[in-house]
Parts: sequence; C-alpha cells; structure tokens
Amino acid sequence: MKRIKRILERTIESILTVSGAVTSIAILLIVIFLFKEGLGLFKSPSVEKGYSLYVNSKNTVNDLDVEDIKHIYDSEVENWKELGGRDQEIKIFRFEEIFNIYSDEELGKDYSLLPEKLGEVIIQNPNIIAYLPQQYAPTDIQGVKALPSKDISIGDFFGGREWMPTATPSPLFGVLPLILGTLIVSIIAILIALPLGLGVAIYLSELAGERTRKLMKPTIELLAGIPSVVYGFFGLVVLVPIVQKVFGLSVGETAFTGSLILAIMALPTIITVAEDALRNTPRDMREASLALGATQWQTIYKVVIPYSASGISAAVVLGIGRAMGETMAVLMVTGNAAVMPHSLFEPVRTIPATIAAELGEAPAGGAHYQSLFLLGCILFVITMIVSITAEVISKKQLNKGV
Amino acid sequence: MIEAKDINFYYGDFHALKDINIKMDINTVTAFIGPSGCGKSTFLRLFNRMNDLIDKTRITGECIVQGENIYDKSIQVDQLRKKVGMVFQKPNPFPKSIFENVAYGLRVNDMGDKKIIAERVEESLIAAALWDEVKDKLKKSAFELSGGQQQRLCIARALAVSPSILLMDEPASSLDPISTSKIEELIHNLKKDYTIVIVTHNMQQAARISDMTGFFMMGELVEFSETKKMFLNPEKKETQNYITGRFG
Ligand SMILES: Nc1ncnc2c1ncn2[C@@H]1O[C@H](COP(=O)(O)OP(=O)(O)OP(=O)(O)O)[C@@H](O)[C@H]1O
Ligand SMILES: [Mg+2]
Repeated sequence: MKRIKRILERTIESILTVSGAVTSIAILLIVIFLFKEGLGLFKSPSVEKGYSLYVNSKNTVNDLDVEDIKHIYDSEVENWKELGGRDQEIKIFRFEEIFNIYSDEELGKDYSLLPEKLGEVIIQNPNIIAYLPQQYAPTDIQGVKALPSKDISIGDFFGGREWMPTATPSPLFGVLPLILGTLIVSIIAILIALPLGLGVAIYLSELAGERTRKLMKPTIELLAGIPSVVYGFFGLVVLVPIVQKVFGLSVGETAFTGSLILAIMALPTIITVAEDALRNTPRDMREASLALGATQWQTIYKVVIPYSASGISAAVVLGIGRAMGETMAVLMVTGNAAVMPHSLFEPVRTIPATIAAELGEAPAGGAHYQSLFLLGCILFVITMIVSITAEVISKKQLNKGV
Repeated sequence: MIEAKDINFYYGDFHALKDINIKMDINTVTAFIGPSGCGKSTFLRLFNRMNDLIDKTRITGECIVQGENIYDKSIQVDQLRKKVGMVFQKPNPFPKSIFENVAYGLRVNDMGDKKIIAERVEESLIAAALWDEVKDKLKKSAFELSGGQQQRLCIARALAVSPSILLMDEPASSLDPISTSKIEELIHNLKKDYTIVIVTHNMQQAARISDMTGFFMMGELVEFSETKKMFLNPEKKETQNYITGRFG
C-alpha cells in the first residue's frame, strides 16, 4: 500500500515538473521565434526581392536611400539636381512600358532580347530611372548602372517617420509613428483609468458597505469579460460622435477616443485586482494603525496602500498590458492612420492594430511580414519594461513605505 | 484608574459580555485569564474602542478611563487611542522601516518635528529593550526582524505616543520561551510608568507578572482579585477548576 502511494506521489511530482518545464520551454520558443522572424527584416533588401533600380551610367547619382526612392515615385522629387545629380528632370520608367515600345517579336523568343532592349532604353535616356526584375535586367551592358541594393537598416526602421509597407518599389518601414501612437493612446488611457480605478477600488474595499460591495464587485467583474469588439462597437457608435461634438472635430476617430475606450476597458481589471489587493491587507495591520490614533484615511494611505503595493502594481501592469495589447477596440475608434501624431485629436494607429490589420495580407516570409513580427517584438519589450518597472517600484514601496 | 460599570456587549444577537464590573488601579498589571472564547479579547478591546470597527456590535454600560466615560458622544476616538495603546497577539509591524514603524504614531498625530521624533523613537526602542539590537539597522524593513523582535517593536511603537494605559492581548503567545521571558521582564519594567492590562493563556505568566487577575468564563467575570490570592486560594469553584487544569 505504502509503496503504491509513494509511486503515485512520485508520478504526480514528475508530471508537474514536466508540465512546468514544457510550458517554460514553449514560451521561450515562442519568444525566440518572434525575434527570429522579426530580426530577419534587417537582412531584407530595401527594394522588393528580385528587383533592382537602374539608371544611365552617365548619371552622377550613385545610390539612393529608401526615402529618396519613395519621393521619386511619389513625384515629390522631380529633378536629379535635388538628389545631388545633374539638373535633369527625372523620368520614371516602368517595366510594362517596354511592351509599348517594342513588339513581342522584337523582344525575341522567350523574351531573350528583353535585357538588351531595356538597356537601349536606358542608354537613350540619361535622366531615366527604371525599376526592373533582375531576371530581365540589362546587366553587363555598357551605359547602364544598377543602383546598389541595400538592406533595410535599423535606423530606417526605428528612426523612420513613415509606415508604408506596401509602397513600391521600396516599402517604408518607419515604425516611429506606430510606437508613438501606441504610447500616446496607452499613456493617456492609463492616466485616465488608474486614478479612477484605484479610487473605485479604495471606495469598494474601505468605505462601501457590505451590500454595495456585494452588488458592485460581480458587476464589475462581469464587465471585464466583455469581448473587446463589443467595446469597440460601443466606442464607434457612442464615443466617436461624442468626441467629435465636444471637441468640434471633423472626425471623431482620434487618439483620444482610443484612450477613452481603452480606459473604459482597463477599468474593470484595475478595480478588481486592486480591490482584492487592498482587502488582503490583514485586519491586524489596520487595527494597529487605528490603535495608534491614526484616522481611517491615514490608515488607508499610510498602511493599506503600501501593504498592497505589489497587488496594486499587478493591477497597473494588467491594466497597462490590456491597454498596450488591445487590438480590436482601438482599431475601430482611432481612425487607423499610420502618421506621426501631432495632437491627441488626430487619427493614429497603434502597434497591435497594425499587426491585426496587415498580417493577413502580408506575404509570408517577406519584408512586410517580418516587419510585423518585429512590431510584435517591440510590443513585447515595452510590456516587459512596464512590468519590470512596476515590480521594482512595488518592492521599494514595500520595503521603505511612504 | 480604569473602571467598567455594568458592561454588556453584543456581537449581533450574541451576548458576549455579561454585566461586567471591575476597577483597575494605575501603575498596576492586571491579567485576564479564562478559556478560549470567554470574551477576554472582547473586553480588552472595549478600552480603546477597537470593537467599534466590527459591524453590528452594541454596548451598554460605562467604561471609564481617567474619569471620562469613553463611550460618551463627546469622546474623540483617535485621542482616546493615543492615550490607550494596544499590543496585539501576533506581531504586526507595518510594511515600513524599523524607524518608521516606531515613528508612525508620532507622525499621524503630528507629535513634534524631525528631531523630537528621532529622540522619541530612540527612547521608545530603549524602553522596549530593542534599541541595542536594531540601532544599526533602523532603515531596514521591520519584516527582517525575528518574531520576538517584531513584537518588541510593536510595543515600542505603542509606547512612542506616550500612552498611559497599555492593552496587551496575548503578546507572547506566538513567541519562543526566551522572547517570552524578555517580554515579561519588559512588562515588569514598564509597570512603573504605565497601567497594563494583559490577556494571557499562560497561567504561570499571569502569576509571574500581574498584580491583579480576572477570571472570565462564558462572558462573565467570575472572579477578580489579587493574583496571589487567586492562584493560592480562589474563592470560586470554577476558578479553582480552571487553575488546576480540570477545566479549559
Ligand atoms: N467579530 C466577531 N463577530 C461575532 N462574534 C465574535 C466576534 N469576535 C468574537 N466573537 C465571539 O465572542 C466570544 C468572545 O470572543 P473573544 O475573542 O473575546 O474570546 P477570547 O476570550 O479572547 O478567546 P481566545 O482566548 O481564544 O482569544 C466568542 O464566542 C466569539 O465567538
Ligand atoms: Mg482572544
């Protein structure tokens, strides 16, 4: 009997150990996968794979960075002079145009003469820039110069102010507007939700009567379980028009609207977790404070809050986590414009919203796809920083007190 | 002097204290003994109105501390609690440094500036026989102390606001014998400055430290007399049974 019991205990012990180990490893693998996929971006060429840019070899411009390329193709830069070249108008040549100039016969069987003909066009036009598939590229032809293809740089990614992942020939992965959008929306949300949430938590745990608490606590917990699409819908139908009216804006889908909806969504979590933490303060501790002649308020802010600091910081982290990671609701009410935010009352776009909106259409393994993974990594790092900070602060609070 | 007159106390419908009458002199140690659940803690907690914190409680009768009925409407409870300090059964230091624990009562009551507080903290720690053990780590968290040290810290904390009465609810019950004897010695020394009321389950302890002893049973004060008399020659049969271990 005893032996069977011991074997059983051993088995349970090893099952627990194994499942713990498996979970940790799985989480680690997910993180590694995320970073591996994401960091691949910096090995991708800045123009689409298999394509290159070609110019006339008399052109004095020897390389272009991604922003320049985009400006050329957006017709924002129209003269080589602006890029350090000769005073010549830039002529954009698209691959398809070759079929208007030459007939299929002239291009030869299986387009074998295509590179040669492309070369001719480039030689004839000293001001040309051509974006061509390398397969048909006029390589080794005198008078044609390929612009060196560069990898996407870390600077372009983190310092770039434009997010246009589907632009051709060279997509722009400037992540700054997305990071800023995420930070602004989340920070404002937390600034709204934290004081409110802690206030309600303190009210519920310290001041409210038994009846009120018994009624409010489950209701609030219920709110935490509502799917975010529902909140998003509420935001779209109710908050967006209100924000638009109150602030007299042309559109109500703004960063501020996103913050509002996030604050509303984070509140139930913050309230329930913080309230639990506050109520976990031992009765002894409160009584000791009151027995020394402290008032109820002094007891709350000098003893109860420091004592529950770690629980409260958990509430903060969960709240911020929800705010940072929230996708649908924010996607629905912020207007989704991936531009540098200049004010709270302009449309913005957050990192999670970007991932959700774009992952479906980004070809797997491509630069766009990788960039979305990298966004995931950034989000991961931000959340980690937040929770570490909260941890440190709560430790300090507990040791030193206020 | 502390006096209870015709005290009846109720937790909701439960009649926890029945017609209690008692007088305790200043600068004495009074011990309350009795079986678990007989109402010792309830009675002790009447004197700093700690029972006010519990919902649905009711009291009749008078509790007189320094000539005033402390259940009178004109009494300010926080002022009363400054006068009547309390030490709890389990050490319950605040999540603060050792220094801040002792300074707490001074701070919440606005008793003096930085210098005065520092002096008072030192005096209290000395009075609680803890100073030598903690003087080099006043900034450390109180949780880093041993259980016995924590309890003496709680005593220092109570002494800091200069109460005249000290209520102690089984202050040594969670401590080892050495810590216990330190606390007992401390109580003995504090007697000259404070009026001490202590609840204990340890009969020898009551015999060692107290001048007067009260025996509670089922919410009634069965017997109250000089400690020596109580333990050598009790008047009531119940007391005799309890003390000799035939009950409880
Ligand atoms: N908060 C409360 N609500 C309801 N009843 C209570 C409460 N506190 C104590 N009681 C009851 O009042 C009676 C006296 O309790 P009290 O704590 O005063 O006993 P005690 O003598 O201190 O016991 P012990 O020696 O175990 O500490 C007990 O029967 C207990 O069940
Ligand atoms: Mg008790």
